[in-house]
Amino acid sequence: MEKLIQLTLSGVANGAIFGLVALGFVLIYKSSDVINFAQGEFLLIGAYLTYMTVQQIGLWWPLGVVVAVLLAAAVGVLIEQLILRPLIGEPAISVIMVTIGLSSLLRAIVGAIWGVTPRAAPQFLPRETVTILGASVGVDKLWAIALALILFALLTLFFRRSSEGIAMRAVADDQQAALSMGISVKRVWAVAWAIAAVTAAVGGILLMSIFGGVSGQIARVGLLVFPVVILGGLDSIPGAILGGLIIGLLQSYAGGYLPPELGMGEVMPFIILLLILLIRPYGLFGQTIIERV
Amino acid sequence: MQSGTFHTNYASDMALRPYWPQRIRIVLVIVLVLAFPWFADRYWLNLANTIGIAAIAAIGLNILVGYTGQISIGHGGFLAVGAFSAGLLAARLNMPMWITVPVASLFTAGVGAIFGLPSARLKGLYLAIATLAAQEIIIWVLNHGKLLGIGESLALSRETTNIFGIPMIGNTDFSFYWVIMGSLVLTVIFVSNLFRTRAGRAFVAIRDQDIAAQVIGVDLFTYKLLAFATSSFFAGLAGALTAHYRGIISWERFTIDTSILYLAMIIIGGLGSVSGAIYGAIFMTLLPAILSNLARALSGTVPQINSYLPFMQQGAFGLAIILFLIFEPEGIVKMWRNVKDYFRLWPFSY
Repeated sequence: MEKLIQLTLSGVANGAIFGLVALGFVLIYKSSDVINFAQGEFLLIGAYLTYMTVQQIGLWWPLGVVVAVLLAAAVGVLIEQLILRPLIGEPAISVIMVTIGLSSLLRAIVGAIWGVTPRAAPQFLPRETVTILGASVGVDKLWAIALALILFALLTLFFRRSSEGIAMRAVADDQQAALSMGISVKRVWAVAWAIAAVTAAVGGILLMSIFGGVSGQIARVGLLVFPVVILGGLDSIPGAILGGLIIGLLQSYAGGYLPPELGMGEVMPFIILLLILLIRPYGLFGQTIIERV
Repeated sequence: MQSGTFHTNYASDMALRPYWPQRIRIVLVIVLVLAFPWFADRYWLNLANTIGIAAIAAIGLNILVGYTGQISIGHGGFLAVGAFSAGLLAARLNMPMWITVPVASLFTAGVGAIFGLPSARLKGLYLAIATLAAQEIIIWVLNHGKLLGIGESLALSRETTNIFGIPMIGNTDFSFYWVIMGSLVLTVIFVSNLFRTRAGRAFVAIRDQDIAAQVIGVDLFTYKLLAFATSSFFAGLAGALTAHYRGIISWERFTIDTSILYLAMIIIGGLGSVSGAIYGAIFMTLLPAILSNLARALSGTVPQINSYLPFMQQGAFGLAIILFLIFEPEGIVKMWRNVKDYFRLWPFSY
């Protein structure tokens, strides 16, 4: 029982972070049909920028996090303007490859600046443990869950209430119609990349404080985005959040209950991915594409 | 100046290289390939062998991605299947290379066809993500392959590297050069002719418009599986050659970065072109080598450059992909064609 609660909570914490990262991914896909392979590197950038502002420059940590997140958003917008904009109308493989090239470039830049050796992260989430139903759980995991939930709520409000958010939904629904209603699609794309960079950066910062360190390993989470979004549906925001939670939980249980030398936690999400693709390719909430000649 | 192409018989219409400049160029290339190993030292022979193996795998990947239009991000996994099946046959059963390499290639073709099954229902981006899963699952199996008897890595004895019982002794780089270039030439001839057959034309039809292809009687599922199998066959061939050439293999050589490297080769070289895959393999293999030579040359004046070398190589890799896609999406093949057109049409270049 104790193990179950521990595994569940750490699964939910990881899952909430996966959901955050996947949300940015889905946002980019919905508004511009781009599959972003560099999402994992956005996590890396968020984590290292926070390391820079808090540890190396020495800002008060809430201020440092805000500065890092804003910088990450600027990087997102810059990438959209410089690299994705020229590729509008190119085939899918070109767009995939450009984001792959981007991920390699970003990793190289981060590596050249901060090196490859893992560094101790600045401590800003409390690290003590509390006892819930007889199981001791790290407070930082609870904090991660709470922060992710707050961010989800803010984003939901943004999409429902703000005119910018409504414009984004309009573009996702029908680009032509949105254009004819006077919505600037270019602006929406820039906002989508900024939000994707921000959610990924927050995910990276949370992972950094859960791991207690920052290293290139954080970018591995970028690959886990794919099982999450396929499970939830490539173009569904609630799907991304729910998919994140399910994958996080399954990974946690598989890693905790199956023999550890198998390392099932790593491969489990991809086995699920392949199964979903075979049974229900459009995921839980994804829109079924009907093709006509 | 030539004003057009006029064939007067079927033989010239069907020829792979109908024009005399092409024939001169191919003779030059053959002479270069034959003469190269007699003058090159081990460093350059090693580079040439690496390029040869990469070119075989890139041509194979191009069958799937460039000609059939099915994106695969799992080719590193298929190379691993080829390498480890050849390695296991050689290390456990002491089979010689001339048996293990074809067997491993055929086995990889089968594995590739299995992972091609999702293509029955999936297209485009969804299929790309499915192949990504295939990659991760294959590497996980090899990484936890206690059942297969693989530890951290697999070592092959040099006794198995013989061709029809003739052992390859002395300078292995030199002897492998002929094996690898021979395989590459056979691959090039096979693939160039593949797209003049029924199956090859079906592949191209699927790429251009799958529904239209189905309407004119191309069985999509069969031909997609065939494309996966053919493509994986060459991945397996490249993997098996790597295993015998290096003599020691571990799963770390075949991670997703390898899959991405091969995709980058065919993108930069030119999608849907055999020569493009070779140009891409040359470019992508020489780029890090040139950078490391540059770093060595500059290390006297800028001593800290060596610690930045891995990041320079990684960054140059990413930057090359981005710049090619933005400025020349059709790759080196198109650039080479532009150069030829400039001289062919000179001085009236429009």
